[in-house]
Amino acid sequence: MNPLYLEVYVVVLGIILLMAEAFAGAGHKRGIAYAGILGLLGVLAATFFADPSAMNSAAPYAKFYRADTLAIFLKQFALLSTVIVLVMAVEYAPTVENNMPSERRGAGLGEFFALPVLACAGLMWMASAADFVMIFVSLELVTITFYILVSYLRQSGASLEAGAKYLVLGALSTGFLVYGITWIYGVTGHTNLEAIAEALPGLDYAVVPALLFGFGLVLVALGFKVAAAPFQFWVPDVYQGAPTPVTAYLSVASKAAGFVVLLRVLQAFVVVPDLQEKILPVISVLAGATIIFGNLAAIPQSNLKRLLAYSSIGHAGYLLLGVASLGAPFAGTAILFYLAAYLLMTLLAFLVMTIVAQASGGDDLSDFAGLNQRAPQLAFAMLLAMLSLAGIPLTAGFLGKLFIFECAVQQEHYVLVALGVVAVASGFYFYLKVIRAMYWQQPANPDAPDIEVGPLAKFTIAVLCALIIWLGVYPAPLLALLP
Amino acid sequence: MSPLLSLILIPLVTAAFCMAGAAPRRISLFGAGANLLLGLYLLVSYNIGIGGFQFVSENALFPSYGIHFSLGADGLSLVLILLATLVTFAAVWVTPKIEKFAGMFYACLLFISAGAIGAFSSIDLFFFYAFHELALIPTFLLIGIWGSGERQRIAWKVTIYLAFGSFILLLGLIGLWQAAPPELRTLDIRLLQQLGYAGMMQPGPVVYLLLLFGFGILIALFPFHTWAPEAYASAPAPAAMLHAGVLKKFGLYGLLRLAVPIFPAEIQQFAHLVLILLLGNILYVGFVTLAQKRLDLMLGYSSVMHMGHAFLGFVALNQLGLGGMSLMLFAHGLTIAALFALSGEIARRTGTLEFSQLGGLAGVAPKLGLLFGFAAMASIGLPGFSTFASEIMIFFGAFARGTVGSFDWFQTCTALALWGVVISAVYMLRAYRNIFWGAQGSAVKDDTQDMSSGVRWAVIILIAGLLVTGFRPALLLNYLNPVFAYLAP
Repeated sequence: MNPLYLEVYVVVLGIILLMAEAFAGAGHKRGIAYAGILGLLGVLAATFFADPSAMNSAAPYAKFYRADTLAIFLKQFALLSTVIVLVMAVEYAPTVENNMPSERRGAGLGEFFALPVLACAGLMWMASAADFVMIFVSLELVTITFYILVSYLRQSGASLEAGAKYLVLGALSTGFLVYGITWIYGVTGHTNLEAIAEALPGLDYAVVPALLFGFGLVLVALGFKVAAAPFQFWVPDVYQGAPTPVTAYLSVASKAAGFVVLLRVLQAFVVVPDLQEKILPVISVLAGATIIFGNLAAIPQSNLKRLLAYSSIGHAGYLLLGVASLGAPFAGTAILFYLAAYLLMTLLAFLVMTIVAQASGGDDLSDFAGLNQRAPQLAFAMLLAMLSLAGIPLTAGFLGKLFIFECAVQQEHYVLVALGVVAVASGFYFYLKVIRAMYWQQPANPDAPDIEVGPLAKFTIAVLCALIIWLGVYPAPLLALLP
Repeated sequence: MSPLLSLILIPLVTAAFCMAGAAPRRISLFGAGANLLLGLYLLVSYNIGIGGFQFVSENALFPSYGIHFSLGADGLSLVLILLATLVTFAAVWVTPKIEKFAGMFYACLLFISAGAIGAFSSIDLFFFYAFHELALIPTFLLIGIWGSGERQRIAWKVTIYLAFGSFILLLGLIGLWQAAPPELRTLDIRLLQQLGYAGMMQPGPVVYLLLLFGFGILIALFPFHTWAPEAYASAPAPAAMLHAGVLKKFGLYGLLRLAVPIFPAEIQQFAHLVLILLLGNILYVGFVTLAQKRLDLMLGYSSVMHMGHAFLGFVALNQLGLGGMSLMLFAHGLTIAALFALSGEIARRTGTLEFSQLGGLAGVAPKLGLLFGFAAMASIGLPGFSTFASEIMIFFGAFARGTVGSFDWFQTCTALALWGVVISAVYMLRAYRNIFWGAQGSAVKDDTQDMSSGVRWAVIILIAGLLVTGFRPALLLNYLNPVFAYLAP
């Protein structure tokens, strides 16, 4: 099957869902989400039959679109995270309904379920983008969808504030990106990454500063997307204000897409050793700053969503450490494995958080106090997610960190590794804070009713838990999928 | 299924049953008992004549990366596995009625046990590390939920401290992996040892120091010992038994397993540093122990102090010293477990562990007094207990390490370390007198009950183990000595 169809399916699915929304009765809005989940799972299954050789390499689009194993893997990644986000969105539906200006039941729900599907199409395109123009267009498709989703709770001040901040910073980073692309185009005469890679070795030495300037601007734009320090400052407010499923989506899929683009662009630039020597140290500095900032700033947080926001910055730092070690033969696989582990554990944490926040009315750590007594299964799932995020062995998170650190040691980034060790220790502190709240502390309201979990969410939680342990103990099948 | 795998799985499955709501005490006792029998059976069926790693099972998990789930045991592992199963059984047995989350309490204990057994029986570096790390979280929960005193702060401190140590250790292990020639890189401990013997590993001093301090933090090497006494004082007695008795031995085991075969030159290079630090353990911490006014803190410090003697055997780097050190892992594990069990019993009977409020307890609780006497003597290292055998081997080994005819570093330090025995006699006997003899303290009433039969038998088993191996250390040394046979005597 031609892999190009995958995106087509997803876009068509999204449009159908939007249309169906207009006709669905007030009580049947959740059906949109279920249809979306089913449809995306179908596309996910189809990715395993995608055959890059079915593409006509002479066709004009082939220059823009690459369907290598990396791209296919990231499409699967985007699809899986969208499915889980939709499961989360179903649990989150009551909050959305309460925050709509309209009193009508089910108002606004249908779009809330359909928009992530369209964002997913953008993410999948981004995974295949082989041209700066294509990168820009798909990035905008994703970002504009997120502008809507972040500010979706129209009665909530925090959500609107988050939306405004995200809009301003998103627009700013888009500006950087476009400006950087023009510089690169000006120097090389190409927007296609492959053509740029071919043109670079023959460049006049005098234009290298201009090229690096352009690359620097692109790096800044991508730094915003992946939340690398010092471009991370928008993250805590936006993550805390946005609807929880959207936060999860932002922190997983949007970040992963940023890393893919970064990898693609770097692949084109590091072909010249001279450039590589100039670029990788900059990324090392970003990595160090991000690791330290994310992990240290998370320590005093008392709101779980905000805590996870800082932790996502910290994880971006570890990923950047992997990018900075690109010279190691295993680094690409290590980064992708880390992303996969990060997807599982972060989405698990957000899913449990969505359910608990619905029942207890908030996402402060105090709302999780005594969760072990109210819902032992949810508490256990959260425990597992936190252990994996902290990097306890026999969970996926540990292997991810191990692979990255191993690449970094091979590339002799000893200072960064030392920083990483300090960061991991402080990570233990704030992830264990969540465990403490759930297991040591008494619930604020001992008579609070038990927390009910829908069958779909329960099933998803069980699958995520199993996957985290499975990848932590037996990673071979996933590694076989990776390029 | 390989017998070692069952040793790891039995506690894990039992823990799962406990979590799922089965009667936790009964099923835990059953699981721990089955594990003890299996551990004994493995020790007996190990073929000493052949030696080396036996009961080996290998499953390639991730071949391209060289990670195998391989288990195997040599004499050293088996002795430590026996220690782990014995102490687990005793710890489960002495556990009193747990008021809240009883299932989780037993599950945490069994988890620590499985982690320790897994670490002792792994011959793959990855799982060697992973199993130990796995035992950290149950410790955190045990202290945090069921601890006493400032349990939250202490649980926090211990976990961060140990996690930090583990990550230093992890860096050391990565360095070790990279030290082998690229085409021979392996995580298999057996192959690493062979490469070490053949002199093909060139890890350099940095990797050794990472391992030394990574393991050192886990063992509470001076000056990284501050986590231990507080943790043991605050932890519930069964948790302290398992942690001080078994889990802490992981660090020493790791040094024996990895540092001795691969870093003989570096151990000699940094011997002076280690000698100074271990004197910190023996003398400085020894004097701190003397100053303690509570039994649980005193026991915590004394367990830190005894680690100094173990390090002395380590730097001696000869058959005698290392044999003594590994025998000490076993002897000290049983002793400290018995002492913590008894101190938990004293606290339950009288409600306090302050020396100032105790006294004359032997009059109302003679069995408790008698067993505490035995355990105290074992801790001091009286002949007849295996602590004596191990300490004497360590001292002889370390002394023999020095130059003949002169009095060099090793001999000076051994002479100073010998005073540790005197110090421990002083604080142990003083504690014994303060608690059990003299006028009745304010917390001791005429109707204070003697110890329950459960605790009694658990402690008797531990002390019997000490006496048997004390009168006939060869029982264990036959397993331990071949491991170090290639070294100078």
